[in-house]
Amino acid sequence: MADVAPSPATVPTPTSAALRLLWIRVRRNWLSTIALAIIAIMLIAAVLANWIAPYDADATDAEAALQGMSLQHLLGTDIYGRDLLSRIIFAARIDLTVAFGATAVALVIGSTIGAISGLYRGWVDLIIMRCVDSIMAFPAFILAMAITAALGNSVTNVLIAISLTQIPNYLRLIRGEILHIREMEYADAARVVGNPAWRLVFIHLLPNCLPPIIVQATLAMGYALLTMAALSFIGLGIQPPQSEWGSMTAEGAQYIVTGEWWLFLYPGLAIVLMVLSFNLIGDSLRDFLDPRMRGIR
Amino acid sequence: MPTLCEVTDLKAHFPLRGAGTLLRQLKGGAPQVVRAVDGVSFKVEDGETLGLVGESGCGKSTVARSLVRLLQPTGGTIRFDGTELTGLSKSDFDHKVRPHLQMVFQDPTASLNPRLTVRRMVEEPLKLHTPLTAAERRERTAAVLEEVGLGVELADRYPHELSGGQRQRVNIARALVTNPRLLVLDEPTSALDVSLRARVILLLEELRQRHGLSYLFISHDLATVRYLAQRVAVMYLGVIVEEADAAELFDHPAHPYTRALLAAVPVPDPDAKRDPFVLSGEIPSPIDIPEGCRLRARCPLAQPTCAQPVPVREVAPNHFVACHLV
Amino acid sequence: MSASPIPSSTPVIDVRDLAVRFTSDHGEIEAVDGASFAVREGEILGLVGESGSGKSVTATAILQLIRKPGRMVRGSILFGARDLGQLPESELQEIRGAEIAMISQTPRTSLNPLITVGEQVARLFVLHAGLSKAESRKRAIEMLTLVGIPEPARRARQYAHQFSGGMCQRVMIAMALATSPRLLIADEPTTGLDVSTSARILDLLRDLGAKTGASILLITHDLGVVATTCQRVAVMHAGQVVEIAPVRSLFRKPAHPYTRALVRSIPRIDRVITMEPVPGSVPSLLNAPPGCRYAGRCPWVEERCRREKPALMEIEPDHFVACFAVEDGRANPV
Repeated sequence: MADVAPSPATVPTPTSAALRLLWIRVRRNWLSTIALAIIAIMLIAAVLANWIAPYDADATDAEAALQGMSLQHLLGTDIYGRDLLSRIIFAARIDLTVAFGATAVALVIGSTIGAISGLYRGWVDLIIMRCVDSIMAFPAFILAMAITAALGNSVTNVLIAISLTQIPNYLRLIRGEILHIREMEYADAARVVGNPAWRLVFIHLLPNCLPPIIVQATLAMGYALLTMAALSFIGLGIQPPQSEWGSMTAEGAQYIVTGEWWLFLYPGLAIVLMVLSFNLIGDSLRDFLDPRMRGIR
Repeated sequence: MPTLCEVTDLKAHFPLRGAGTLLRQLKGGAPQVVRAVDGVSFKVEDGETLGLVGESGCGKSTVARSLVRLLQPTGGTIRFDGTELTGLSKSDFDHKVRPHLQMVFQDPTASLNPRLTVRRMVEEPLKLHTPLTAAERRERTAAVLEEVGLGVELADRYPHELSGGQRQRVNIARALVTNPRLLVLDEPTSALDVSLRARVILLLEELRQRHGLSYLFISHDLATVRYLAQRVAVMYLGVIVEEADAAELFDHPAHPYTRALLAAVPVPDPDAKRDPFVLSGEIPSPIDIPEGCRLRARCPLAQPTCAQPVPVREVAPNHFVACHLV
Repeated sequence: MSASPIPSSTPVIDVRDLAVRFTSDHGEIEAVDGASFAVREGEILGLVGESGSGKSVTATAILQLIRKPGRMVRGSILFGARDLGQLPESELQEIRGAEIAMISQTPRTSLNPLITVGEQVARLFVLHAGLSKAESRKRAIEMLTLVGIPEPARRARQYAHQFSGGMCQRVMIAMALATSPRLLIADEPTTGLDVSTSARILDLLRDLGAKTGASILLITHDLGVVATTCQRVAVMHAGQVVEIAPVRSLFRKPAHPYTRALVRSIPRIDRVITMEPVPGSVPSLLNAPPGCRYAGRCPWVEERCRREKPALMEIEPDHFVACFAVEDGRANPV
């Protein structure tokens, strides 16, 4: 390894140069930037729903029922005269809460157990992995269905069901990363310096396991959204009158034959857009959080 | 000079595992063991550098790792500054011994956590082992960074923002920050470029003299060892085959393995005469180690007596050789 | 006064003013900046430099294997009468592996783990010499014997993972020499090998070079290897060739300031010397300034050194240096 003077690329840059680099990255990853913008917009809309939505989600208006897109109702109305756009915005709250929430819960629990498994090996690892194998033997959606059916239809139960089916993924991912990283020289260095086991795991090992988790998490959020929508679609989980994109799509499906296609299309489009955006930001987010990537890509 | 660290009959045996070995055992064979370190004894005197040399598979890295407890030796004793290390509990070892016994690793890139800044890594030992306040830690960190030749402005950088030579200096700074008495250096210059090695070697020597440190310097780079070490021990297949003062060993090698090793090092002088002493074959695996002298199968001077247990002879003052024929 | 170092007889390979650049977000990296040297018939030329000196890139450029984001921006690589930089890919493919062979630093990963070693060597004969399977198998065992592998017939039936590092390198050498190439490029062939194994591999290269008449371009950072194995040496620093000399002259009378500093900075096994580290650090190759790249580290630097690049000049028979200080007599050769 040469003692080459580090190129300007890797030396911390002043603000103007940093901004220029940011612009290069935005331009190179334009797709991810758009995706990020979409997610940001959805999040803001969900939070500020009360102020942004033109109507109350449950406000009925019998005279305006089943109307197509118009200036008063930008995306049309449903059979009760409720504004579709407002319902979609309010529904975002539930969808995003469960998507982020289920992913976060699964990530924390899965990573912790996976780290323990990878670090201690032996019997602990053996038992944990066999449990994971049993869970993964079930198709994930069937498992989610079973758990939701058992616990009952509510937002919380759907969140629990989805996170349970996701835990094994993070567990195995982290375990694999830990198995690899624990052999690295900096792990040895951390031990020789005298780190107790908990510091070794939380300060030295886990932060370096982040990259694959981040990509997995963003993909999983899309999956969580789809699962929730699918559960509602078949009548489990979140049901009307709670607005959730999946159940809205299910309701809207009936109206295609009668010509009110917007009731099906727009909630469905919302799902597609969100899932796509989650998938697209995965790689870029991982690169963004890596100190090594600062200044280059 | 008082002895700082005394290792006696150190052993590190690793049983082989896996389907193949299971089958062998079922058929009645004895369990196979990798005898990576097989009865090694040496002393590191206070303020001195002991060089431990050998090629791959000789066990020198295993010795280093046993000393800093990255692995548990299966036999033998390690006395450090009067304390017997092998019996200590993990927390006793961490708190009582580690501040005084540190290690510098080989690969400057791999031994630094890519997600931590230089400051955090160098301060960490202080945080773990000393009651210093945050301000005092900062001061000490700045001081030790200066000492190894890194400006304090580099403290907030990440490892990838430093050059290879700078990373190795961070490695050294981290090892020095708690004022240790003994540093174990495992090939600290092997991953560095030629022109950097001189700097790091000179730095290590300067630090040792200034602080009265002792080094266990492990390397396969014999020229560097000659420069730095006062005493040298040569390892082969898990045992020490020769031990002497540095000048004595390099000028008058007695053990056939040492002779062959020195003959193989390319000297940067086109007119230098090369000793044609050569061993046949390759280094065998440390699993099936033959009785008697381990070099027997490869040594051009081998005799029938070499199958007997090997005696250790003192061929010159303080110059020990494990060989039948000297 | 300057002269390019072209010997009187046609060299096997003659690199002239080679320049290679890599494009990055922050500008151009000039990995090689005007390198000129030649490898003569039957000799072993050492190409010495540290990492970042451009020596591996030079080897890759000779084989015309530089790919995006890198490109050869100027220079000629004369192989006999042909300029490799101008040849179409189809002709280059016939030359690579057959007339110019290369062995790398990582022999084990260069071998296919899925087929036997004997098979790998034999395939070369089928491919390049058109021999039958039986014939090529026989030749393969001959090659393995030539490179000193014990029990070659038995070993030929084994796989790469059953060979030690040194043995793998011997197999690589066998494969490289199977087609009787005119030039063998050995890129740090002893990296990762033990001292005693390295010594034997280098001896093998030397012997086989003499036996087969192949010329060898030996790329290394180890001056000891150069002293024991090479006849002539070219020293590279930050992408520039700074000195070319017969090995004895290089060590007895190093001329270029970098070479001198390098020789004084390495510890020795035969005596204890006062080591002096090479001053400064390797300059960044990113948007490199014109002029001599050693300027930032050189004790004899002048304004001129930063603006102009010195050309290789013959200061003694067959001893070339690129340095204004040496030209002007300011830095008298030792």
